Amino acid sequence: MANVILTINGKEIVVKAGTTVLDAAQEAGFFIPTFCHDPLNPGFGACRICVVEIKGARTLVASCCTEVAHGMVVETESPAVVEARKTIIELLLANHPADCLTCDKNGDCRLQDYAYRYDIRGSSFRGEKHNYPIDDSNPYIIRDMNKCILCGRCVRTCEQVQDRQVINFAFRGFNTKVAPAMDTELAESDCVSCARCLVVCPVGALSYKNLAGKARAYEIRKEPVTCPFCDAGCRFDLNYKGEKVIGVTAKESGEGRPLCLKGRLGLELLYVDKPLTPMLKKDDRFVEVSWAEVLGMDNVLKKLIELKSN
Amino acid sequence: MKNLDQVRLKYQEQYKQKLGKNRIVVGLGTCGIAAGGDKVMQNVKEEVAARGLDVEIDFTSCIGMCYREPMVEIALAGAPSVIYGDIFADKVEKLIESHIVNKTPVYEWAVIQIPGEATPYEGIDIMEKSAYYEKQVRSVTSRLGRTNPESIIDYIATGGYEGIEKALQVERPAIIDEIKKSGLRGRGGGGFPTGTKWQFVYDARGDKKYAVCNADEGDPGAFMDRSVLEGDPHSVLEGMMIAGYAIGADEGYIYCRAEYPLAIRRLNLAIAQAEEHGLLGDNILDSGFSFRIKIKAGAGAFVCGEETALLNSIEGLRGMPRVRPPFPANKGLWQKPTVLNNVETYANVPFIIRYGGDWYADMGTEMSKGSKVFCLTGKVNNTGLMEVPMGITLRDIIFSIGGGIQDGKKFKAVQSGGPSGGCIPAEHLDTSIDYDSLTALGAIMGSGGLVVMDETTCMVDVAKFFLNFTQLESCGKCTPCREGTKRMLEILQRICDGKGEMEDIDTLDRLCRVIKNTALCGLGQTCPNPIATTLRYFRSEYEAHIIDKRCPAGVCSALLVYTILANKCTGCGACVRSCPAGAITGEKKGPHAIDTDKCIKCGACIQKCKFDAIIKA
Repeated sequence: MANVILTINGKEIVVKAGTTVLDAAQEAGFFIPTFCHDPLNPGFGACRICVVEIKGARTLVASCCTEVAHGMVVETESPAVVEARKTIIELLLANHPADCLTCDKNGDCRLQDYAYRYDIRGSSFRGEKHNYPIDDSNPYIIRDMNKCILCGRCVRTCEQVQDRQVINFAFRGFNTKVAPAMDTELAESDCVSCARCLVVCPVGALSYKNLAGKARAYEIRKEPVTCPFCDAGCRFDLNYKGEKVIGVTAKESGEGRPLCLKGRLGLELLYVDKPLTPMLKKDDRFVEVSWAEVLGMDNVLKKLIELKSN
Repeated sequence: MKNLDQVRLKYQEQYKQKLGKNRIVVGLGTCGIAAGGDKVMQNVKEEVAARGLDVEIDFTSCIGMCYREPMVEIALAGAPSVIYGDIFADKVEKLIESHIVNKTPVYEWAVIQIPGEATPYEGIDIMEKSAYYEKQVRSVTSRLGRTNPESIIDYIATGGYEGIEKALQVERPAIIDEIKKSGLRGRGGGGFPTGTKWQFVYDARGDKKYAVCNADEGDPGAFMDRSVLEGDPHSVLEGMMIAGYAIGADEGYIYCRAEYPLAIRRLNLAIAQAEEHGLLGDNILDSGFSFRIKIKAGAGAFVCGEETALLNSIEGLRGMPRVRPPFPANKGLWQKPTVLNNVETYANVPFIIRYGGDWYADMGTEMSKGSKVFCLTGKVNNTGLMEVPMGITLRDIIFSIGGGIQDGKKFKAVQSGGPSGGCIPAEHLDTSIDYDSLTALGAIMGSGGLVVMDETTCMVDVAKFFLNFTQLESCGKCTPCREGTKRMLEILQRICDGKGEMEDIDTLDRLCRVIKNTALCGLGQTCPNPIATTLRYFRSEYEAHIIDKRCPAGVCSALLVYTILANKCTGCGACVRSCPAGAITGEKKGPHAIDTDKCIKCGACIQKCKFDAIIKA
């Protein structure tokens, strides 16, 4: 494919045609913040934090959705861009609980990082904040929609899994939120707790129940591990606090596989000292089950026991 | 290729016969029905039957004078058509008795007459010379209120489907050239040149293309598209067919809001009639061109009037705008090249093809050609629909056609373009109405809604009204629109409540700038316009609310103080009895007084006082 020459912040850059301005800028070493951009699932353009100034354009443009063009002149931190980003961060913070002190995502949160970078000490907007109940109905995932910035990455990653599409946007305007069908609790939905959505959530809206309150983000050392339960080879992270593994978190799905609960729980059984008792949904309710059942080994185990007793 | 000559001759004959009889025509557009047109129709039928009269009873849609509905037209064979206004059901008997039986029009009820070749009645305004119509043109609205919208006979007899017949005889690029020559620009609000848009879709590669009609008219105070759909549905179908042929589409969708049931019913009827006549379907008129039209009813979201959200909605997805580019011309409905125009744009197309692009370009200004349909509402005497040549002034529309401001009050501003538009103050009344002049004022042409405001309108309150609308109707996808409209609304509410601070104006300025600069779709980018324009033209009103804690127009109830004028108060005590807060005291037959601290500003006392002794300011 042909190359395109453009100027970003005064520096001439050569990239392949079809590259986005975001990728071109990042490749050239320039910082552009993103919330909704998912490199595996690009082109949504909702959060607007990645806007840049392009000479001659009518408005600022979302760099994640704009392809480079020959001769384009881009500014990634012009006064208009900075004002826009600061305003967007303030708008998000105005409707966000200020509980970073106890948030499990503290230290691993983009909203926090960008507020720091753009020196936002609080929002200058006051007014209504959402007050949704926290959904901890699912035994593995906590959903706090008060912290959600509606970037939609969870919605789009869930859509990638065949037969899932468990969550989507519901309602309109300020009342827009991400919800399962009919705005039920997650436990009532078709969610299979694969945790793909947790991989992509840039803020504290989605978190692991088994890790809640166990460690600050900066106390955790992550070590990648490949799931050995099938040949897809999904990637997980072992979460170390000191020498101990306190939990296993999803990292990235293997080819053609969605990540799965079985894989993550199997790894927890393998690596975590005292893993929580697994739960599965039976007759529409989550109940505690044996490790053999959750790993799909109960038949094999039964046969082994039978053989042994014979 | 086959032609419609035989059919047209036959229908013209039938149409002529219909016009040659004694006729009563009842206006049954939504405005007519809302005013009681159905009951009028029923009474007409009963009265004619009871008297055994030989009268053709017909109906039509809105002729534009919505403020005079229900309207009834009566024509005796060989005599002028007289159009009566405010004909409520109880007036039918006298009307028929006088005009049909005694052959004398009821002059005091007559609004206008259309003499045709007959000698006009003395003392009734002739339509073209009447105050309401003198400065209007009637091209895209020519059939509205004149033909039966549910009759394909009327449509074909009045030149309908001549456009598609003519189009099918020439090469496709020639049609696009004709539209380009006409200078027609998108009538939905954007004002993009229609011919250029068609060219993009024509040039786009694809095995399948679509022509989509945006009939999701949602601006408060706008009903142009509804009137056209209800009054001349075939013209929209014909426009879409011509577009479909020109760009190489074989399928069309009309996305019509479900709140327009009559429009949807008449469209369905028109589609069925066109199919029966072989004008929709396979191999139309043996030309090799096939085209089908489907209707998709919206589900009530304003944002679905945004073109990419509309496409998502047709596809069954949530109505949220897509990122552009890719534009619908390249990747539209189901990712296929799609031409998307609004109702009025399509309805203009058959006329342009029939009479030529030059004919159309003769009307209007250098950059805005042709005519535009507007809806005039608000504090104006004549609320209704009008078609005017581009370049006419706002003064002409509001004072000549609209008849000036209600109750002799003073004009303050007019909101052009709905929630995406802005207000235009009195000093700009002589601005020419065209896309570029209105944009320069901070407003937009928009789809054609004009809401007139007088001296009793508070401009902060107006901005609040539109922001409340956009805030509720934001799709919620992009941050600036979803969160920004909410915060702007809250600030405006605080200002109206007397809790505003001067820095709120700076914050509003910043939010207006950032939202306009960063929102994802056109609706988001334009939603600050009502605030930006009121701040630009009526900043002093904001300051009065904030600094003096006063609402100059007397609208914002939290800022009003009620006082009793001692010299007018008779001490009757009516106000005391009406006050729910016990805030009024006074001796019998002596002047009363209101305790401002107790007063809840409900206004009950003002309504009860017979002596105009209570004022709010």
